Amino acid sequence: MPSAGNYLDVALFSVLPYVALFTFLLVTIERYRGQAFTYSSLSSQFLENQQHFYGLVPFHYGILTVLTGHVVAFFLPAGLLWWNDHPARLYVLEAAGLIFGLLTLVGLLAIATRRLNVPRIREVTSVTDWIVLGLLLMQVASGVYVALVYPWGSSWFAAIVAPYLWSLLELAPNLGAIAPLPLAVKLHITNAYLLILFFPFTRLVHVLVVPNPYLWRRPQVVRWYRRAPSPARHG
Amino acid sequence: MDVRSQIAMVFHLDKCIGCHTCSIACKNIWTDRRGAEYMWWNNVETKPGCGYPTRWEDQQSYRGGWEVADGNLRLKSTSKARIVANIFHHPSLPTLDDYYEPWTYDYQELFNAPEGPDQPTAKPISMVTGKYIDIEAGPNWDDDLGGSPVYAENDPNLAGLTEEQRAQLSAVERLVFFYFPRICNHCLNPSCVAACPSGALYKRGEDGIVLLDQNRCRGWRACVPACPYKKTYYNWSTGKSEKCILCFPRLETGQAPACFHSCVGRIRYLGVLLYDAARIHEVALSSDEELVDAHRSLILDPHDPAVIEAARRNGIHESVLESAQKSPVYRFVKIWKIALPPHIEYRTLPMLFYVPPMSPVMGQQTGGVVEHVSGDLFHDIDASRVPMKFLANLFGAGHEGKVRYALRKQKAVRWYRRALTVGDVEMGVAERMLREADCSSEEAEAIYRLTSLCTFDDRFVIPPMHREEAIEMLEDPLEHKQGVGFGFLQGPRRGL
Repeated sequence: MPSAGNYLDVALFSVLPYVALFTFLLVTIERYRGQAFTYSSLSSQFLENQQHFYGLVPFHYGILTVLTGHVVAFFLPAGLLWWNDHPARLYVLEAAGLIFGLLTLVGLLAIATRRLNVPRIREVTSVTDWIVLGLLLMQVASGVYVALVYPWGSSWFAAIVAPYLWSLLELAPNLGAIAPLPLAVKLHITNAYLLILFFPFTRLVHVLVVPNPYLWRRPQVVRWYRRAPSPARHG
Repeated sequence: MDVRSQIAMVFHLDKCIGCHTCSIACKNIWTDRRGAEYMWWNNVETKPGCGYPTRWEDQQSYRGGWEVADGNLRLKSTSKARIVANIFHHPSLPTLDDYYEPWTYDYQELFNAPEGPDQPTAKPISMVTGKYIDIEAGPNWDDDLGGSPVYAENDPNLAGLTEEQRAQLSAVERLVFFYFPRICNHCLNPSCVAACPSGALYKRGEDGIVLLDQNRCRGWRACVPACPYKKTYYNWSTGKSEKCILCFPRLETGQAPACFHSCVGRIRYLGVLLYDAARIHEVALSSDEELVDAHRSLILDPHDPAVIEAARRNGIHESVLESAQKSPVYRFVKIWKIALPPHIEYRTLPMLFYVPPMSPVMGQQTGGVVEHVSGDLFHDIDASRVPMKFLANLFGAGHEGKVRYALRKQKAVRWYRRALTVGDVEMGVAERMLREADCSSEEAEAIYRLTSLCTFDDRFVIPPMHREEAIEMLEDPLEHKQGVGFGFLQGPRRGL
C-alpha cells in the first residue's frame, strides 16, 4: 500500500509538472496573441535609479548563470559527470555555482527591499509582483541552502534529477530516484514548478520577448503602408 | 537616387512669444494620462536655460545621438555589443527627477482647513505617489530666465563663450533671451529607432513620421537615452515608451497638428520635403563644418524633372509631389537658407528647422541706443547681445557662418521693407544690404510675405495621405464586423 507521502510525491512530481507546463504554454501563447501590449519588462528604473542598479544587475547576472548551469546539466548530464571526474574541476564548478547563487539572492533581497521602501516603486507594485518575488526568494534561498548543505549537486543533479526530468518529458514519470531526496531539494523542485505555473500570469513573461532580432537587424526601421518592403530599398 | 517624402517643419523663432499654447494643446490631447503626466511632447524653453529635462543638451551625461568612430556611425548610448549590459540597468537613462515630479493640488484643503491665523493653501500632491510633496522643479522652471543664476548659466550652449560674452548675456537690466519650442524632429537618421532592441520604433515610409509601436515596445528603455533631444519618454505606468506622433490622425484628415494649429504667434510651418534616402548614411558622416550644407544637400528640388521621375518610380503620389512644390519648408530651408537644423552635430538629421531669432540680436547697443547705420551694415549682428557663438552652438554645430548668413538675410529683408513702407532708410542702402546678404528684392518680398502675411494655407501645405491606398485597408472588413474597429482593440492596461 502506498503511504500518504507517496501520494504527495505523485501529486508534486508527476502531476504538478504537467499542469504547470501546459498552463505555461497555453497562457503565454494566448496572452501574446490577445494582449501583446501587456508584454513588457515593466521597468521601474525611471522612478528610482540607485537601488535599481544594486538589485537588478546582480540578480539578473546571477540567475542567468545559475539557470544556464541547470539547463546544461539537464541536456548534458554525461558531460557534467565527465567534467566532475577531477576534484579540482568539481570544486571550481561548485564554488562558481554557489557564488552566482548568492549573487542572485543578494540581488533579490535588494529588489524586495526597494519595492518595500521606495514610495514611488510601491505605486507600480502589484499583488502578482509580490507573488513572483516570494516564489523567487523561496527558489533561490532553497537553492543556495541545498548547495551549502548537500554539496556536489552538480554531480547528483546529473545522476538523479536529470534522468527524472527526462522521464517526465518521455511521459513516463519515474519517481524512484526522486522519492528519497531530502526535503529541501523537494521544496526546490516543487517551487520551480509553481514558478512555471505562475509565469504566464506575471511580469516574468518579459523573459520570452528578449530582443533577439536586434542583433542582426539594420539600424533603421521603415514601415510602408502602401507597399510591401523590398530588400533592395535603403533603411 | 532613392526619393522619399517627409513631412518637415520650420519654427520661426523671431515670431515665438513663448505663450506655451502649443504645449497645452498637445498635453490636452495626448499626454493627460497616468504615467504620461510628466511628458511634454511639445515644450517651450527659454534660451539661455537648462531646458527640459534639465540640461538635455549635455550629451556627456545623457549620451544621446550618434558619434563618428573609425569612420563609422555609432550610437553614443548603446550598441549591439552593449545590449546585455544595458538591458538590466541602462547607465544613461534619465529619471523622473531629471524632468520633474508631476503634481496636482489638494483643493479640499481650501474648504476644510481649520480656522487659523493664515489663509489656507491648496497643498501640492504628487501625481505619482499621491502624497504631499514640496515642488522642486517643473517643466518650465526657468521660464523667462526665472532663477537664471542657477539655470541660464548652466546652459550647455554657453560652451566656448568668453567670460565677457557670458557677462554680457546676464548683465543686470539688459538680460536677453528668446524662446525655443521643441517637438520630436522626426529625424532622417533617428537614433531612437536605431537603439530600440525590440524594433518597436519605426519611420513611416510614406511621410517620414517616427512612431513607436505600443504593442511591440517591451520597456527596455534604450530609446530614451538614445534620443539626443530627449523626445522619447518612458511611461512608468504602462511600462512602454511614448513619443510625439506629429498628430498623424489629424494630418491624415488634412488638419495641421494641434501644436501647429494652435500657435498664437503663427511661427510654425509644415510641408513636404523630398529627400534622397540613399545618401543618409554618407551625409551623417560629414564633418561638423560640412554638416549643415550636407544635410541641406539631401533635400531634392521638387521641380527637377529627374527628381520627379525618380519620385514617381518610388511610388510617390502626384498630389504629394504637388505639395512638395508648394512646400513653405522647402523655401525656408533650401531656397532662402534661413532655417537651420537644431544641434545637427548629433547627426540624427532632424527634419524640424529653426529660423534663428533676430529680436534680441538687434536690441543691443551702447547707452541703450541701437546703432543702425554704420560703415559695416551688419555690425550690430556680430556685436549683438546674444553672442553669435551661442546661436552657432544651437543651430550651426558650433560654426557661425550659417547662422550669420541667416541673420544677415533677415536683417536685409527688414531694412528693405522699412525703406519701402516707412521710408526712413534710403533704398540704395537697403539694396546694398540685400546684395551683401545674397538676396534679391523678389526673394526679400517672398520672405516678407511668408513671414508676416502668411495665411493658414500658406503655412501648412499638408499632402493628402492616401490612407485609402494603405495596405491594411485591404483587410477583409467582414472579419471585423461587430468588432470595435480596426487596429488597437484593447485599452492600454499595464501588464501584471
